[in-house]
Amino acid sequence: MKKIEAIIKPFALEKVKSALHDMGVYGMTISEVKGYGRQKGHSEIYRGAEYMVDFIPKIKIELFVVSEDVESMVECIRQAANSGKIGDGKIFILPVDDVVRVRTSERGDSAI
Amino acid sequence: MNTGDTAFMLIATSMVMLMTPGLALFYGGLVRSKNVLGTIMHSMVCLGVVSIIWVLYGYSLAFGPDNSGLIGNLSLMGLNGVSLSPGPYSKTIPDLLFCAFQLMFAIITPALISGAIAERMKFSAYLLFITLWSTFVYLPICHWVWGGGWLAKMGALDFAGGTVIHINSGVAALVAAIMLGKRKGWGRESFHPHNLPMTILGAGILWFGWFGFNAGSALSAGETATLAFFTTQVATGAAVLSWLAVEWLVQKKPTTLGAVSGALAGLVAITPAAGFVSPVSAIIIGFSAGAICYGAVLAKNKLGYDDALDVVGIHGVGGLFGALATGMFASTAVNQAGANGLFFGNPHQFLVQAIGAGAAIAYSVVLTFIILKVVGTLTGGIRLEQEDEMQGLDLSQHSEVGYTS
Repeated sequence: MKKIEAIIKPFALEKVKSALHDMGVYGMTISEVKGYGRQKGHSEIYRGAEYMVDFIPKIKIELFVVSEDVESMVECIRQAANSGKIGDGKIFILPVDDVVRVRTSERGDSAI
Repeated sequence: MNTGDTAFMLIATSMVMLMTPGLALFYGGLVRSKNVLGTIMHSMVCLGVVSIIWVLYGYSLAFGPDNSGLIGNLSLMGLNGVSLSPGPYSKTIPDLLFCAFQLMFAIITPALISGAIAERMKFSAYLLFITLWSTFVYLPICHWVWGGGWLAKMGALDFAGGTVIHINSGVAALVAAIMLGKRKGWGRESFHPHNLPMTILGAGILWFGWFGFNAGSALSAGETATLAFFTTQVATGAAVLSWLAVEWLVQKKPTTLGAVSGALAGLVAITPAAGFVSPVSAIIIGFSAGAICYGAVLAKNKLGYDDALDVVGIHGVGGLFGALATGMFASTAVNQAGANGLFFGNPHQFLVQAIGAGAAIAYSVVLTFIILKVVGTLTGGIRLEQEDEMQGLDLSQHSEVGYTS
């Protein structure tokens, strides 16, 4: 089991979601996050005062998959979120020890 | 008595009243979300405080029988003798209606100052400040210009309150911003407006209400009201464009906040001139005001005082420009009750306007300084405690929040 954590541009979410859905992924958790990497922030101007905004809005997708599916899922997200511009995001792959489904107390792969 | 004029003035008075909640939204959107209610409160509470002052002694000191050109006497205290028949200031509407119309002006003036002290003044100190400021600054200057005081006798033109309201509140704002000091984090953190659509709605309400403010200042539904209505619209439109144009040139982007700030600058600048100038002159005045006020707002960032919401740059500078422009563009061809200005062969009028503006600036600066010193002593400091400022006005001063997430 692995956890895939992808940080993407907000407008890419719909495309990523439907691409994953086509791959048979029926659940995910997303959150609105803020951050910056190589893209840096942007500037905003209010009545002549210019502000650098370092942290810009991103979407974080959290997804748990069985180990065999990791590569295909990651590639699916990468393609859907790729606009070829700086700031498209990053995908992290982390090991997961175990999963418990609350209702049935199933564990492991079948609980995903 | 004229029922048409009376109906018109009842509506105009209501429109000016609506400007204060409009200002509350305008300012409310410009602050950070933790201060939205406290900032709105600064305007709303003026509707309470000044209404009471006005009845008790305010109207009497501003519009009561003149004492050596400086202040009215107390014979109209409690509105004693202010009747439902036409009065000394209004031949065709009830005296009490003129009193109500003027009350709305007295309400919005201290509320305007609140933009300069935003996000860091203690509410108790603010409340005492507006009470004393209305009494000792607004009432005398109002009397000088409109109550038969020395500026009125000298022939200063102020159609709807450029000097009484905008110069006056603008320079008081400068004094208050300097005395209060910069907001915590000034120059390091960014102070983003938290809700520009709210600000734009507020600006729309102000623009709408301003027709009551300027056209209503004719006190009758006739030629002068129509002229003032029209000059208000075109000057404001011109100022929107000029602010945007300059901003676009200097900063490479035209902003919506720039559009509504330009509108405010135009409304302020045309206020003293509205009933005295032609529509073409109004466009010139508005167009100049947008660019001048933009420059004044930029200068603030260089001069280093924290006039949080630009009361000085827009009301102070815009009001001063408007007062002087009235002395340049006024023409008896459009209003015989007015005067000719510099460009119509009467340089003297320009001088009179400058004296009027200078007197209001000097008086307002000195008195505002003294009043804030007194308020600071009586309330243990005008500034919020650091911790309260970090937490925001809404929670620390009023125990409520504008938004739950």
